[in-house]
Amino acid sequence: MAKFTLPINSIVKKGKTYKLDSDPKNILTVDIYRYNPDDGSNPCIDTYILDKDNFGPMALDVLLYIKNKVDSTLSFRRSCREGICGSCSMNINGTNTLACILNIAEESHLKIYPLPHMPVVKDLVPDMKNFYKQYESIKPWLINDNKPKREHLQSQADREKLDGLIECVLCACCSTSCPSYWWNSDKYLGPASLLHAYRWIIDSRDTAKKERLSNLADKFKLFRCHTIMNCTKTCPKNLNPAKAISHIKTMLASE
Amino acid sequence: MDIIKHKHDAIVIGAGGSGLRATMGISQSDHSVACISKVFPTRSHTVAAQGGISGALGNMGEDDWRWHMYDTVKGSDWLGDQDSIEYMCKNAVESIIELEHFGVPFSRTEEGKIYQRPFGGMTTEYGKGIAQRTCAAADRTGHAILHTLYTQSLKNNVDFYIEYFVIDLVFEDGKCVGVLAWCLDDGSIHLFQAHMVILATGGHGRTYQSSTSAHTCTGDGNGMVLRAGLPLMDMEFIQFHPTGIYGAGCLITEGARGEGGYLTNSDGERFMPKYAPNAKDLASRDVVSRAIQMEVNAGRGVGKEKDHALLHLEHLDASVIHEKLPGITETAKIFSGVDATKEPIPVIPTVHYNMGGTPTNHFTEVISDGTGTTVEGLMALGEGACVSVHGANRLGSNSLLDLIVFGKSAAERACEILDNKSKNHPDIKKSTIDNIISDFDGIKNSSGDISTAELREKMQKTMQRYAPVYRDEETLKKGIEIMKGLFNDFKNVSVSDKSLIWNTDLVETLELNNLLYQAVATLYSAYNRKESRGSHARDDFPDRDDKEWLKHTMVKIDKDGNSIFDYKPVKLETLTDEVETVKLKARTY
Repeated sequence: MAKFTLPINSIVKKGKTYKLDSDPKNILTVDIYRYNPDDGSNPCIDTYILDKDNFGPMALDVLLYIKNKVDSTLSFRRSCREGICGSCSMNINGTNTLACILNIAEESHLKIYPLPHMPVVKDLVPDMKNFYKQYESIKPWLINDNKPKREHLQSQADREKLDGLIECVLCACCSTSCPSYWWNSDKYLGPASLLHAYRWIIDSRDTAKKERLSNLADKFKLFRCHTIMNCTKTCPKNLNPAKAISHIKTMLASE
Repeated sequence: MDIIKHKHDAIVIGAGGSGLRATMGISQSDHSVACISKVFPTRSHTVAAQGGISGALGNMGEDDWRWHMYDTVKGSDWLGDQDSIEYMCKNAVESIIELEHFGVPFSRTEEGKIYQRPFGGMTTEYGKGIAQRTCAAADRTGHAILHTLYTQSLKNNVDFYIEYFVIDLVFEDGKCVGVLAWCLDDGSIHLFQAHMVILATGGHGRTYQSSTSAHTCTGDGNGMVLRAGLPLMDMEFIQFHPTGIYGAGCLITEGARGEGGYLTNSDGERFMPKYAPNAKDLASRDVVSRAIQMEVNAGRGVGKEKDHALLHLEHLDASVIHEKLPGITETAKIFSGVDATKEPIPVIPTVHYNMGGTPTNHFTEVISDGTGTTVEGLMALGEGACVSVHGANRLGSNSLLDLIVFGKSAAERACEILDNKSKNHPDIKKSTIDNIISDFDGIKNSSGDISTAELREKMQKTMQRYAPVYRDEETLKKGIEIMKGLFNDFKNVSVSDKSLIWNTDLVETLELNNLLYQAVATLYSAYNRKESRGSHARDDFPDRDDKEWLKHTMVKIDKDGNSIFDYKPVKLETLTDEVETVKLKARTY
């Protein structure tokens, strides 16, 4: 039987613990994955013990508190703080989500990791290049050579078909929660890119439906989706990539 | 230190709406262009624009770009330059149709045209009726536009340098010849040489403690401009959006009132008709924000602290909320725990937009003085620039329009200039680069006694307290005193993270340096302008003073945080004879 072991430099060790001087009523213990590519050492888990009354109710408030008051070396992406820019995607207590819209008021312990199965650049910052490349590969733009003087007309019913797709913020929570994507992210496009592919396939203004579908007719690009549904379960914007993928599969089957 | 060199005809700094539109435009020419951004393009703050983009398409009733122009001039309290405003309003329809052709998923009318909603200050027939002029993609219009512009850039094979932080502009003999940037991914330093540098770096909302702006809205381009010894314009004009969520500061679009929402005080009174008998809740933002503040000051605020107001949507048809306002319903639920279909949303005027910024002419070329002398090799556009179409107060849905119209025209202008320029890049002196690197290293290795977060918090609290909706001489004077101290405290800042790979401690410190420059510029300018106009409301000078102050403020900040003022006359003449100047008169809604 094959024996698998982790490379020695990927074993996650125990890191520093930041304790409180006081003894507050509401304690929040936060374990955070740390990795600094500059110092040559292994990744580790730092533990921060915090007084919950010091910050707001969202997971991002906790991270900002740590960065501002406890340990300014902690790195993570963030921007809009209202769930629309998609920067602060990470894994919190086992679920991929946007830190800025995750309410942690009821929690006493957080475990925060970068998005799973992505190369880590530093701390909670994963390398997203492959994810973006895949998105680009589905040609996420309108293909229609007809340029009328005014807008293309689109019925309200046709426009409604785009609801539940166009709200995607490209946070990658779905793709990085998918076991198929974990093993085959080099060839399987993953739920986010496929959701966008479907968004353009069904846009009544687009004229490249056929080419778009035939580009996806591939046992890896599309059919590595095994309907595990982690994507839909984890999407912080409550979208349903699994459903979009199944629509593409049906379209291909009925062609 | 090894420096990696790149040469392009043009570089665009920033990948929000204006930066992407400009980049895309140049990429369709023979000139080479690169776009450098500190965040992945779809993370830029344009993504958070909600209500829509204005343009006289006339899909929902008769409309005319001249009416739009009138509204914009009046909204600006006559400080906007009428040549630029004419250009923007006249080109709105074409620019929006182009966005639709790019694939933006606009909401639709029953006839299948782009849906348009009423917005504050947007009227028909020069103030007589309420216009439906704001083109919307539900209440996520910025998101729809930004994502579309990004993918159009992909389609045009744009060279992106993503997650590169631009440290400073590079000047040689008074000409801008490039920028120096730091790549977060591997810590390398890059020199981008270009014949045209286009700043599209956005606003500086984060000078304040509570703002609808993203954490990344630090106006980096404006910081660089001031450090280069160039002025910023109209920095005293900061827009407070009437409906930020109380506590969290997240934005609730004006479109909520456009769709029929209204505000009440602690008596349950719908108070806006007292302040704006005609436009009521759809008066322009400065007027509504001041009205809320007046209600609070008169003891009619709601909540435990009696310090905010309520925004009602619960009377609206559920289908309107579901189809036209899904995003803010979600935001209200997450950040204030309110189900907007059943109960009102607690709101408070919140810092939202900077009318001021890097001054430019109507071609978006940066100017260095009140006479309009251009700076060779440098253009600016978007919220970070001041062209000036928004004057003393921006109308809602005119900002997305500003980005798109001037993004497009900046690309055209840049190409025109590049067509007539030598393709040879000038030599850059070693000392020019060494000076920038030495400042950068100084900050990177700083080990003073005040943390970046601590100094930033002090700055933000000072702005919040000393440059609020209503200002007066005494508070502004005190604010300047404190802020000048903080500006000079930057020397004592400390950066704990000493690495160069994704060192966000250092990123935030460089951003803080940019913010501090803009914070002092704002306070000086606000103290200096002794009148009330648009968003700048002085208790001690409650009236507009056209005799003395119908002019743009230009301010430079020296290394010690002192100000140097200059002025630029407001352009009252229009660009062409297709429209007449909107004549000065009292501004009422």
